[in-house]
Amino acid sequence: MSIVGVDVGGTFTDIFILDEATGKASVAKVPTTRPDQSGGFLAGIKSAGDDLSAMRTVVHGTTAGTNALLERKGAKIGLITTQGFRDTLEMRRRDRRATWGLRGDFDPVVPRDRRLQVPERTLADGTIETPIDLAAVEAAAHDLLAMGCEAVALVFINAYANPANEQAAAQALRALWPNPHVSVSSEILPEIREFERTSTTALNAYLQPEVAGYLTRLEAGLRDGGFGGEFLLVQSNGGVMAVDTACRLPVRTALSGPAAGVIAAAYIATSASYADIITGDVGGTSFDVSLIADGQSALAPQTSIDFGMVVRTPMIEITTIGAGGGSIAWVDKGGLLNIGPESAGSDPGPVAYGRGNDRPTVTDANIVLGRIDADKPIGGGLETLDVDAAKRAIDTHVGTPLGLVTEDAAEAILKVANARMAGAIRLVSIERGHDPQRFSFMPFGGGGALHACALVDECELARALVPRFPGVTSALGCVIADMRQDFVQTINTSLNALDEDELGAMIQQHADEGMRLLDASGVRFGGRDVQIELDMAYAGQTHTVAVPIPLQMNDGHVTPPDRNAIANAFEEAYRAAFSRLLDGGVQRVLNLRTSTIGRRPKFDLSTLAPGQDKADAEPYGSRPVRIAGAWHDTALYDRLTLPVGTIVDGPAILAQPDTTILVEPGFRASVDTYGNLIIERQAAS
Amino acid sequence: MAEAEIDPITLAVLAGRMEQIADEMDATLFRSAFNPIIAEAHDASHGLYDAKTGDTLIQGKSGLPIFVGVMAFAVKAVIEKAAHDGDLADGDVYIFNDAHIGGTHLSDMRLVRPYFRDGELFCYLASVGHWHDLGGAVPGNYNPSAREVFQEAVVLPPVKLVRAGVVQTDIIDIILRNTRLPQSARGDLNGQLSALDLGVKRLDALLDSYGADTVSAAFTKLGDRAEALMRTELADLPDGRWEATDYLDNDGITDTALPIKVALDVKGDHLTIDFKGTAPVTAGPVNIALPTTIACCYVAIKHIFPSLPANAGVMRPITIKVPDDSLLSAEFPAPTGGYTETILRMIDVIFSAAAQAIPERIVANAYGTINALSIAGQRANGQRWVMFSFYGGGHGGSLESDGLNHGNAPISTATIPPAEILEAAYPVMFRQWALRPDSAGPGTHRGGLGAIYEIELLEEEAEAFLFGERGRFAPQGVAGGADAAKNRFTYETDKGWAEPELASKKVGIPLKRGQRVRLETPGGGGYGPPDQRTPGAIARDVALGFLSQARADEVYGTGWRGAGS
Repeated sequence: MSIVGVDVGGTFTDIFILDEATGKASVAKVPTTRPDQSGGFLAGIKSAGDDLSAMRTVVHGTTAGTNALLERKGAKIGLITTQGFRDTLEMRRRDRRATWGLRGDFDPVVPRDRRLQVPERTLADGTIETPIDLAAVEAAAHDLLAMGCEAVALVFINAYANPANEQAAAQALRALWPNPHVSVSSEILPEIREFERTSTTALNAYLQPEVAGYLTRLEAGLRDGGFGGEFLLVQSNGGVMAVDTACRLPVRTALSGPAAGVIAAAYIATSASYADIITGDVGGTSFDVSLIADGQSALAPQTSIDFGMVVRTPMIEITTIGAGGGSIAWVDKGGLLNIGPESAGSDPGPVAYGRGNDRPTVTDANIVLGRIDADKPIGGGLETLDVDAAKRAIDTHVGTPLGLVTEDAAEAILKVANARMAGAIRLVSIERGHDPQRFSFMPFGGGGALHACALVDECELARALVPRFPGVTSALGCVIADMRQDFVQTINTSLNALDEDELGAMIQQHADEGMRLLDASGVRFGGRDVQIELDMAYAGQTHTVAVPIPLQMNDGHVTPPDRNAIANAFEEAYRAAFSRLLDGGVQRVLNLRTSTIGRRPKFDLSTLAPGQDKADAEPYGSRPVRIAGAWHDTALYDRLTLPVGTIVDGPAILAQPDTTILVEPGFRASVDTYGNLIIERQAAS
Repeated sequence: MAEAEIDPITLAVLAGRMEQIADEMDATLFRSAFNPIIAEAHDASHGLYDAKTGDTLIQGKSGLPIFVGVMAFAVKAVIEKAAHDGDLADGDVYIFNDAHIGGTHLSDMRLVRPYFRDGELFCYLASVGHWHDLGGAVPGNYNPSAREVFQEAVVLPPVKLVRAGVVQTDIIDIILRNTRLPQSARGDLNGQLSALDLGVKRLDALLDSYGADTVSAAFTKLGDRAEALMRTELADLPDGRWEATDYLDNDGITDTALPIKVALDVKGDHLTIDFKGTAPVTAGPVNIALPTTIACCYVAIKHIFPSLPANAGVMRPITIKVPDDSLLSAEFPAPTGGYTETILRMIDVIFSAAAQAIPERIVANAYGTINALSIAGQRANGQRWVMFSFYGGGHGGSLESDGLNHGNAPISTATIPPAEILEAAYPVMFRQWALRPDSAGPGTHRGGLGAIYEIELLEEEAEAFLFGERGRFAPQGVAGGADAAKNRFTYETDKGWAEPELASKKVGIPLKRGQRVRLETPGGGGYGPPDQRTPGAIARDVALGFLSQARADEVYGTGWRGAGS
C-alpha cells in the first residue's frame, strides 16, 4: 500500500508517493490542467501506476479555493442577515486599498440585492431582544433561490454570544434549501467581530459549490480507478481534513498549497537536526517567508486574500513581499534603484524568455551574471535564453541611469532584491523576537537556492539547508501532515468572573467534536492530542495575546483549567510579548481556541538519500559566474548524483531539474545523510 | 559629522532598513497600546529625525498620514527646549502634547528621544499616539464649544519624562491625575516607551554594521532624492494658477460659515500654496497651528503623488503662504480640538484646485468629516463609560472608477471598531449600521456611499457629544462631477427627533433608555459629468438600492430606465 501526496500549483502538479512496505519514495511532475485541475490530478496519480487500489491514502494540497477567490470565480450566492446590518460585508472595517492615493472601489462577493435582512436581534450579553421571524427567513430563502443563488450564508449579529436565533433560522433554511450549501456563522466562526465573521462565512458559501464539485469529481475519479482508501485535504492551518469536512468548510483550504510546503520544511529540517528554520519560496512575482521555531510553525489568526476579502481561520503564517524572479528592476525619478512590486511573472516573464517583456527582472540579472544556465533553463519549457536581450534591458533601465556597466548593474539588482528578501526574513524573525543566528534558511520552489548564500550573509543566519527535492516540497508535506481541526468560541468575560465549569464544558464539546471527526475519517493515527489557547488581554485593550493553557484529560474527559493557572499563564505570555505587565490591570478572556490533532505516522526521510558512490562527486564542467564584483571560473555539479558526505567548496553551481543552487566563495556545501545540502560559511582559517 | 560618500546601491539598501525600523516601532505600539484609537485605528506614528533641524528623515508606513508631516515640529520643539535648557543627555525622553508648537491637537501625546552615537547626538527618534482622554470638559477631548485650549484638555509643554535613563515618576503622576482613564494612559505610555526602546536597539545594530558616517550620508542623500523626485513631478505639471474655495459649517459657537481658500501656483519645478482669503482665527476649536497646516499640505501632495517618500526634502520646492491672522496659523491659547475637520477641508480645496490642472490625477472630495461621536454615562454600579469613535463615509470618484463606499478619512488609515465590540463594551445597541442610499455625488464615476449609524441607549441615562462637519456644505465633485449628500445628525428627545442648531456639532445631548441618535454621513463627490455615466451603471445602482429611482431621474435624467444592469 502507498500514501500519495498531490500538490496542484499554477504550472505543475507535483506527486509524491511513499510505498509503506518498502519505505521507498518516488516523485512525479505533470502539467497542471486548467480550468478543471482534476484532469492533471488524475493523470499525475496514474503516472505512478494505474492500480489505484494499492493506494491507502491520497492527500491533496489545492489552490482551487485560492484561485476561485483571487479570480472571483465563486458561485452566485445570497446572504441572510439581521435587520439593519445588510451592508456589513460591503462596509468592511472602513479601510481603503492603499494609504496614499484614495483611488479604487470595492465589489463584495455578494452584491447588495442578494443581501436580505430579517427581523431578529440578540444583544451582546446573549439576551434575545427580538425572536427570529422564521417566515421571513423562508421568504428570503425563496427570493434568493428565485434569483438563482446556488449557496447561502447566514449571519446574525451577536450570534457568537447566543446562536439560538441563528440556529433556528439555519434549521428552517436547510429544510427548504435544495443543496447542502448553507454556511452558518455560528458554526463556522462563533467569534466576536461581525465583519470578519460575515466575510469568512460568505467566502465559505462562495467557494462551496465550486470546491465541493471539484472534490467530488476528484473522489469519483479516484474511486473509478479502484481507489478504496481515504481522500484527505490539506488546510491552511497545515493539518489535513477529510473530504466531507472540506466540502462543508472549503474556506479552510484558502492557503492549502503553501501550508503543505511549510509542514514539509519543518519535518525535513527537524529530521536533519535543525529545528529552527526560515523557509523562503522565490516565485515569479513574490517571495514567501515562514518561520519555524523548534519544529513548530506559527499560526496567524486571519488573512486578507484580497482587499476586503478577509478569511478568519487559523493559517500557517506566511509573509509575502513583492520581490520574486519576475519582479522588475527600475530607477525612480529620484535616482533610487527599486525592485518590484511590478512583475513580469512567468508570462511574459523575464526579458531573456523573449516573450515580449523588455524591462529587466531579477531573473535577468541572474542570467547575465552566469548564475542561471542560459542553455539549459529549468521549468519553463524553453530551449535557450536570450542573454543579450537581458543585458540590453539592464543597460537601458538600470545601468545607464545609474552610470554602471552591465555586470555592475546586474549585481546591483541582485543586491537590492536580496536586501528586500532579507527585510522579509527580519520581519518574521528579529521583529518577532527570534535571533536569526539560530536559524537555517531553507529555500524551496525553483528560485530560492540562487539567493541562499546572500541571504545567510545579509541576515547572519546560521546556514542554508536545501532539501533534496525543493520543487516537490508541498507534495511531500501532504504525505506527512497531521489531521487537525480548530475550534473557536468567544467568551468575553473578566477572568474573575470566568465560570471554570462552563469553560470546561466548552472545551469538552470541542474535543468531542474533534475526536468524532478523527474517528469518522477512517485514518489510523499514531496518537491524538487536544490543545487549548485563550485569547486574553487586560481590560481596555483590544489586541489579545494567545495564551497556551496546559490541559488535563482522562479517558476523553476534560478537567476544567483553574483561574489561577490561567492568570499565571497569561502573565508569562504577556511578559514575553511586551516585557512589562500592567500593575493592577484586570485580566479578560476573549476567546477559547481548541485544536484536536490526530498524529499521522511519519516516514524516514533517509530513504530519499542518494548513494555512496564517490565517483559521482566530480564536476561535469565549469562556466564563468560573476560574484561580488569579479568573474569566477565556477565548477558545475549534478546535484542529485552527489553521494552522501560529498563536500563542495564555493564557488560552485549545483544543478538539478527543478532548481539551481549557487554556493558562493567562502561557503562550503555538504550532502547530509538525507540528501539535503547543508551550506555553511567556511571556517575562517 | 564628516560626510562619507555613499553609492546608490547601499543607499537603496539602507533606505529599506531604516523604513523597517520605523515600521517596527509602529507595530510595537499598535500591539501593546491600551486604547482602541491607537490599537485598532492606528492613530500613531514613529520615525527618525534630523539632529540639527528636526526634519523628517524616515517615517513608518503604517502610521497616520497626517503625522508624516507634523512630527518634525514636535522634534523641533524639543530641539529648542534642549538648546534653551542646555542639558540634553543620552537616555533622555521628552514628552508633551502642546498642539501650538507640535501640531494637530492635545489628544496626541508626543515622545521625543535623542539618539547618541559615540557620545555625539546622531538623530532623534519620536513616537506620537492619540490618547483616549486627557481631562478637559468633554470625555475624549472633542469639545466643539471650547473657547480656549484649557477647556479641551490638560496642556503639557515639552518636559523630560526620562532624564538620562531615569524615569521621572512625578511627571507620570501629574499626567495620570489629569485623565478620566489613567489605566489606559499608563498602558499607552508604556507602549510608546517600548517603541522608542526598540528603535534605539535597531538603530544601534544598523550603525554597527554600516558605520555612522555611511548612515549619516544616507540621511543627506535621502533628502536630496526626495527633493529631486518632487521637482520632477512639479516640472511635469503645466505652469499656471488654480484656485478653489470651500467652507467649514461654523466654529461650534457662532453659526457663521468659514471660507477655506487656496491658490496653487506652479512655475517650472516650484509650487506655491497660498491660503489668502481663508477665515480669521475663530473663537471655537476649528483653528489649527501652523505646523498642522504645513503637514496637511504634505498629505494632500502625497495623495496626488503617492510614490513620494516620507522625507522633508519633498517640501523644499514648495512655498506655503498662510495669512498671519488666519485660522490656519492660530496661536496659544486658541482652541484646536477640531483640527481634523479643518485639515480635511484643506485637502478638499487643494484637490479641487489641482483638478483644474490635472483632473486625471485627482479624486473628487471624500466625505470630509471624521464625525467624532462620544456617548458617555455611568453604569448602575457607578462605573464611568465613554464610547468614542470616528465614523466613515464615501470616497470621491476618479478617472478609473466610482468612489469607495464607507472609507476612512484621507488624513487617517483608521479602521472602525466592529459593532459587536462596541456593543460588548458599552450599554448601546446599533439599530442600523448600513450604507446610506442617495448619498453619493453623481458623476461619470459617482462618489462612494456614506453610512447610516443608528445607536440606541440600553442604560438609564447618558449624554452624547458630536463634533462633525459637512452639515451645511457638501463634498464637491471634480472634473464636472456633482456634489455628494451633506452630513446629517439627529437625536431623540421626549418631544420627538431633533437636530443640532449648529448642524453637526452639539455638546451634552441627554439620552434616556430606548432613545436613539442617528448619524448619516456624506458620500464622496462625483468625477466627470453625470450625463456621461452609462445607463447600465445607473440602472445597477438603482437595482442595488444605492440610488432611488426618483433621485436617479433627478440627477441623471430618465435615459437609464430600461437599461440592463
